[in-house]
Amino acid sequence: MNVEINHLTKSFGGVRAIDDVSLAFPSGSLSAVIGPNGAGKTTFFNLISGAFMADSGEVLLDREDILQLSKTERMRRGIGRAFQVASCFPTMTVRANLMAAVTAHAGRWTSLSHRFPSAGMRERAEEVMEFVGLTDVADVEATILSHGDQKLLDIAIALALEPKVLLLDEPTAGMGPDERWRMIERVRGLWERRKLTLIFIEHDMDIVFKVASSIRVLCYGKVLAEGTPDQIRNNQAVIDAYLGAEENAS
Amino acid sequence: MKRNPALRDALFAAIVLILLLAIPMLHRSPAFEDFIIRLSAMALFATSLNLLVGTTGMVSFGHGMFYGFAAYAFGLTMQLTELSLPVAALFAVALTTIAALVVGAICVRLSTDYFAFITLAVQMLFFSVIVSWQSLTGGDQGLRGGIPRRRIFGFDLGSQLHLYQFCAIVAVLGLLALRHVSMSPFGNTLRMIRDNAERASFVGIVLWRARLLAFTIAGGFAGIGGVLAALFVSGAYPELADWPNSGQAIFAVMLGGINSFLGPVLGAMILLALNDLVQRFTEYHGLVLGIVILAFALGLRRGVLDFIHLVWSKRAR
Repeated sequence: MNVEINHLTKSFGGVRAIDDVSLAFPSGSLSAVIGPNGAGKTTFFNLISGAFMADSGEVLLDREDILQLSKTERMRRGIGRAFQVASCFPTMTVRANLMAAVTAHAGRWTSLSHRFPSAGMRERAEEVMEFVGLTDVADVEATILSHGDQKLLDIAIALALEPKVLLLDEPTAGMGPDERWRMIERVRGLWERRKLTLIFIEHDMDIVFKVASSIRVLCYGKVLAEGTPDQIRNNQAVIDAYLGAEENAS
Repeated sequence: MKRNPALRDALFAAIVLILLLAIPMLHRSPAFEDFIIRLSAMALFATSLNLLVGTTGMVSFGHGMFYGFAAYAFGLTMQLTELSLPVAALFAVALTTIAALVVGAICVRLSTDYFAFITLAVQMLFFSVIVSWQSLTGGDQGLRGGIPRRRIFGFDLGSQLHLYQFCAIVAVLGLLALRHVSMSPFGNTLRMIRDNAERASFVGIVLWRARLLAFTIAGGFAGIGGVLAALFVSGAYPELADWPNSGQAIFAVMLGGINSFLGPVLGAMILLALNDLVQRFTEYHGLVLGIVILAFALGLRRGVLDFIHLVWSKRAR
């Protein structure tokens, strides 16, 4: 699915967190959104997924403007999302988490006529678990999963809803270097097999330059640059505002 | 039997019911029968509250209003109309369910703290209406004149034995129905909301709709408890709808355990037994109750049944 954003703006008490942002993410692309802390990256995701309502602008999903729709309706249109801090149902096992997600997606969440799970839900949860590689921990309660598996479960819940567009907010946050690469390879694998339009926020520049086919740089709520990894690497504005600072810091 | 949990629950309920019905045939004990009659009302009241507190994570301080509402609705219907007892009881429960829907529509969109406050406020409003509308409700004297025509399917609810049997049947069936709600896909939706409301809304659950449905169902089942209470006291009193009564239900839930389905039933048992026992020895029963509840809260840090589950699962590992 094509995602096209036009003149998107959102203020919080006078501060323009997202300021006239226009960006396009072609169907099936794998794009990274980068930028310094406070650049508005997570807010940008919140506006696309409907967690916040934008002040003005357009979010076009295959040319349909979804800006006025609730987050639930946007989700039904095919926007899935995973969170910066892994978000799942902590008292349930991995399997139960995914059965819950597919049940909700099938519209059976108010059903009172039978016991949970509804017919076919177990199998569909099983498929998603296998797809992301969580089968080994199927019967482990989410709250005692490793950090990496929790992040993976969050993504699996999003995938259980069969999204066309997937927003991943720092899929490698809080992980060690090796774990990061394993995670991002998995994400890449999902993207290839599901033919998703995948947009992810990432701070590790090595990962971004290696994995993303195109990059968008946000800074103070505005688009600073967009292009291929090579273009971004050599963009003077990006080096000054972000990459340079990053190198000095390290 | 593990393969079909619904059947297992039904079987368990059947065994409990048969035991309850068999006991008076072997040995008549008015005190025991009296206890079970009061417990049946209280168990439905507390377990329905736990659908909100434990399952959904909505702490309602006003659950007593539906208990009281049903008692008055039932008593008044029996006194003012010619309807038979089962019809009047169903009518009272239906009316209570509608009342819960209306109150819920006002309350469920509010955040946790304000939800608790407003349920308490609506209950106090309802309590004041009962007390001031003397011509209809009898005011603070309660609904007097008794409940007439207490015959149903050959039962004469004027007799303690028949009332005992009737209450046991209604309570066990009611609890079984609540168990079904809790184990249905909808019950699971409520647990998702309790665990992580934001995530739940991002998988397509409309939070207010799920919460309102839970609130309405819980109100309806509290109503069944209220009808049983009205039968026991043969009338209705404002205290049934007052906030200390809601507090009793919360105590029962906390004492028994919010994460076990039968926790509130056990809690209601403990609470009723304590009340009876302590009142026999001292007039300061509030003091003793308070100490017991403190001991549970500080000592176990959870309800009895939750505590047993915890110990059990630790041992199993």
